[in-house]
Amino acid sequence: MRGLMSTSNHSHGSGHHVAHHFRDAEHEFDSAKQGIWLFMVTEILMFGGLFVGYAIFHTIYPEMFSEGASHLDWRLGFVNTLVLIVSSYTMAMSIHHLQKNEKSEAVTKLWITVICGLVFMGIKAFEYYSKFSHGLLPGHLLDVAHAQAQHANLGMYYGFYFCMTGLHGLHVLIGMGLIVWLAIRAQRGDFGADYFTPVEGVGIFWHIVDLIWIFLFPLLYLVG
Amino acid sequence: MGSNNNHSGGNHSHHIIPKEIYTRVMWALIVFTLLTVGFHYLFHNVMHGSVLAAPVAFLIAAFKAALVLMFFMGLKYDKPDNRAIFATGFFFLALLFIICVLDIYTRVAETSTL
Repeated sequence: MRGLMSTSNHSHGSGHHVAHHFRDAEHEFDSAKQGIWLFMVTEILMFGGLFVGYAIFHTIYPEMFSEGASHLDWRLGFVNTLVLIVSSYTMAMSIHHLQKNEKSEAVTKLWITVICGLVFMGIKAFEYYSKFSHGLLPGHLLDVAHAQAQHANLGMYYGFYFCMTGLHGLHVLIGMGLIVWLAIRAQRGDFGADYFTPVEGVGIFWHIVDLIWIFLFPLLYLVG
Repeated sequence: MGSNNNHSGGNHSHHIIPKEIYTRVMWALIVFTLLTVGFHYLFHNVMHGSVLAAPVAFLIAAFKAALVLMFFMGLKYDKPDNRAIFATGFFFLALLFIICVLDIYTRVAETSTL
């Protein structure tokens, strides 16, 4: 009975059919979103562990962390912060447009989000290259002489730096891939006011990537 | 069916967050990023170091994070379930942080007498 109803009553303009194990489109949307939020908790706890580790060793070696931060160009981190804020805005706006069935605006906003991700990763690649070429590497890989490090254990700061920004960068890359997929599907007309669950889910993921960077920027580049 | 759900709109019409709210949140985030840099300049270049530098930077970041969570991620308009899921994760992170802070600070005090 319920299965019959879901095939007959719940096909949308976007062509999406509600899976038979859900009562209706609302139930399907809420379940998917709840799953994404549970996933976000694992993200918060994973990055949270790194932040707590950073706090512990920052307390033990404040001067060494300060030296580490002094090697970073805060202006690059600042520009990347602005880029991610704008990308979060365009991501949120794409959902806003889909909810109003404004397809082409939504697709444009999704592509702008991808471009912001590209800019972010470009700046990040430039920063990584500059750190590598100065021997500023994690752990025992640190080239103390070449980097003219004042603290022999400066490699610990760069351990945190590369772990945290590397893991974050990996999230940006995955997010960009997912948003390209969304933009292609949105262009194809898969999404609209009735169905935009994948956009909502990827959006929440993209925002948490922005949220983590909001903490990484002052911590790594400024306070040190 | 589907009409007597506990969503305020009913009939699976999702809450559409107005464009103006997103725009305002974006500008607020940009302004607070500038404020972070401004305070850093003040503490680092004018006052040559202050114990307030880290707490102020962290407070501004926390406020920005709250804006992202409430508006961009829509927790302000979301179901209590999802707010509870987030709060649970946040609670355990806070617990981890507090226990580590207690450990580190008490440990330093003990070993410093050696």
